[in-house]
Amino acid sequence: MIRLEKRPQPSRLWTGLSPVLAVLLTMVFGGVLFAFLGANPFEAIRTIFWDPLFNTQFAGFTRPQLLVKAGPLILIAIGLSIGFRAGIWNIGAEGQYIMGAICGAAAGLAVYPASSFLILPMMILFGALGGWAWAMIPGILKTRFGTNEILVSLMLVYVAENILATASSGFLRNPEGRGFPGSRNFKEWDAAHNAELISGTGMHWGVLFAFLAVIGAYVLLTRHILGFNIRLTGEAPRAARFSGVNPARIVLFCLGISGALAGMAGLFEVAGPAGQISIDFNSGYGFTAIIVAFLGRLHPVGILLAGLLMALTYIGGELAQLMLGVPGASIQLFQGMLLFFLLGVDVFTNYRLRLGQRETA
Amino acid sequence: MDLSSINPVLLVASIMVSATPILLAAIGEMVVEKSGVLNLGVEGMMITGAVVGFAIAVNTGAPGWGFLAAACASAALSLSFGVLTQFLLSNQVATGLGLTLVGLGLSSLIGKPYEGMKSPTLPKLDLGPLSDIPVLGRMLFSHDIMVYFALALVAGVWAFLKFTRAGLILRATGESHDSAHALGYKVVRIRLAAIAFGGACAGLGGAYLSLVRVPQWTEGMTAGAGWIALAIVVFASWRPWRVAVGAYLFGGVTVLQLNLQAAGANVPVALLSASPYIITILVLVVISARGHHGAPASLGRPFHATT
Repeated sequence: MIRLEKRPQPSRLWTGLSPVLAVLLTMVFGGVLFAFLGANPFEAIRTIFWDPLFNTQFAGFTRPQLLVKAGPLILIAIGLSIGFRAGIWNIGAEGQYIMGAICGAAAGLAVYPASSFLILPMMILFGALGGWAWAMIPGILKTRFGTNEILVSLMLVYVAENILATASSGFLRNPEGRGFPGSRNFKEWDAAHNAELISGTGMHWGVLFAFLAVIGAYVLLTRHILGFNIRLTGEAPRAARFSGVNPARIVLFCLGISGALAGMAGLFEVAGPAGQISIDFNSGYGFTAIIVAFLGRLHPVGILLAGLLMALTYIGGELAQLMLGVPGASIQLFQGMLLFFLLGVDVFTNYRLRLGQRETA
Repeated sequence: MDLSSINPVLLVASIMVSATPILLAAIGEMVVEKSGVLNLGVEGMMITGAVVGFAIAVNTGAPGWGFLAAACASAALSLSFGVLTQFLLSNQVATGLGLTLVGLGLSSLIGKPYEGMKSPTLPKLDLGPLSDIPVLGRMLFSHDIMVYFALALVAGVWAFLKFTRAGLILRATGESHDSAHALGYKVVRIRLAAIAFGGACAGLGGAYLSLVRVPQWTEGMTAGAGWIALAIVVFASWRPWRVAVGAYLFGGVTVLQLNLQAAGANVPVALLSASPYIITILVLVVISARGHHGAPASLGRPFHATT
């Protein structure tokens, strides 16, 4: 008879070990999946996790992509993790990402074709504002009426996608684009281009902001009273209220910061790697960031590593698609499986396995 | 715009069709939540049901097998959520989100070869004289069997929860799992059964989308229907008949906006397409402003038997 016994404290060993175990389990089951799809499992796993970094032939091309993909994931996941710590479930980061991109791009395009070093900072600011405002909708509805933020933030993703469709074929469409949908290309406008900072590394302003966010979140959560209150709200809401924490303020702060970071991530993507507002520039980073946040144990440093790993699966997935003909959707499943295994393995963090008969009380 | 092009008879008839998938998913999720489990993976289970149902129906040529397979596949998928949340005591919100992500990935993987195909669809039932009633017959009595099955399921769930002993036990588990456990009921087993039922219902709803409503397979075709189903459970205050009302209301909004788009209404298309989601939010706000009535007390809380 196996039974579970609650640990008085979460195990520190397992907190670190469970993501590693989850990744290994995902590799095993992912390998089985690839075998079913007719690819050599060992080759597939190597293509996904090893080749993008170390293959002599194309690693030079894929390595910069790592930071390009990890930047937005980390930036969004850091924001989400702060909310998740407080038990506030913003799962509409994808919508905030889109709205940030639209607002930031619109602010930039409003002054086209001016050239000033202030344009990109202004766009970043408006990007953050756009994401923030979009996240404030569930925030205010939750604090004012007690509406469930999970459902509202998610519904707003679909609303944002519709706004994106209008923007790319309507009010933000490139007037010189011969009627094709999509905005002006920021890559052709130096003042607004979120260019690579060090060439050949993939490092752009968004990646830099992601690293800053990691440091900021770490300081906030471990060294600041607000971070303490956020953690307290998540772990013991009643205790938090008795100690004078205003729950409404925590809700608004958590949703606001995650929205602003997601909005910035959207703007960096549009002004940099994506280049323009188009109907499908968003590639689901807002949802993958949820996996990143959990895989990183809701801890800033963990999220940094998890973001890099998840970026690797994106690049490796594309590579596997190209080299081995593995369907692209299998990577999405692969990422979902990772979250599943992680949540399952997590049982060891909070519980101890006991074998044998239970003692009589 | 030309409103006269909208035929009210066809409008009501198509509302019944468009409400059915959401109704199926929502009534299943309501039972799950009544047992005290919050499964946010409805979207993932629905889309898995949609693709499995479509694939089986295309391969066997029989939509009935498609529906059956969809129910089984989604129930099996929901049991993975059940194992994680009930045995491994994982966070229900996170696991539900994970289930959605897994379902979306799985479905696009399975569905790739089926894109652009046509499936056999359900025949319209011939209800004899009922279908021949001039206006009402076309509106209400000339649908396929799943439309009526969904309504019968609502009645069944209502009767089960209200009049049977098993229904009472299920509700007790949802209100206070510790008390139910102390009385000797197997909380985990009851919840697993509820989760599997919810999964099967979501699968049927998804299969209805891909086999009747559309009828085609496209990636991400549920487009938030599973989330709307979740919202409807809240809207309905966890009562079966209100779930039906909610689903028909949302079915109405969806159909109406499609009709307005087709009629060339003087409203931006994006606003019309977004309207079901915006209205969902508005309804949630109104409901929550009144206070939460009827949410099971143990909803979303993990159960760990210490003795």
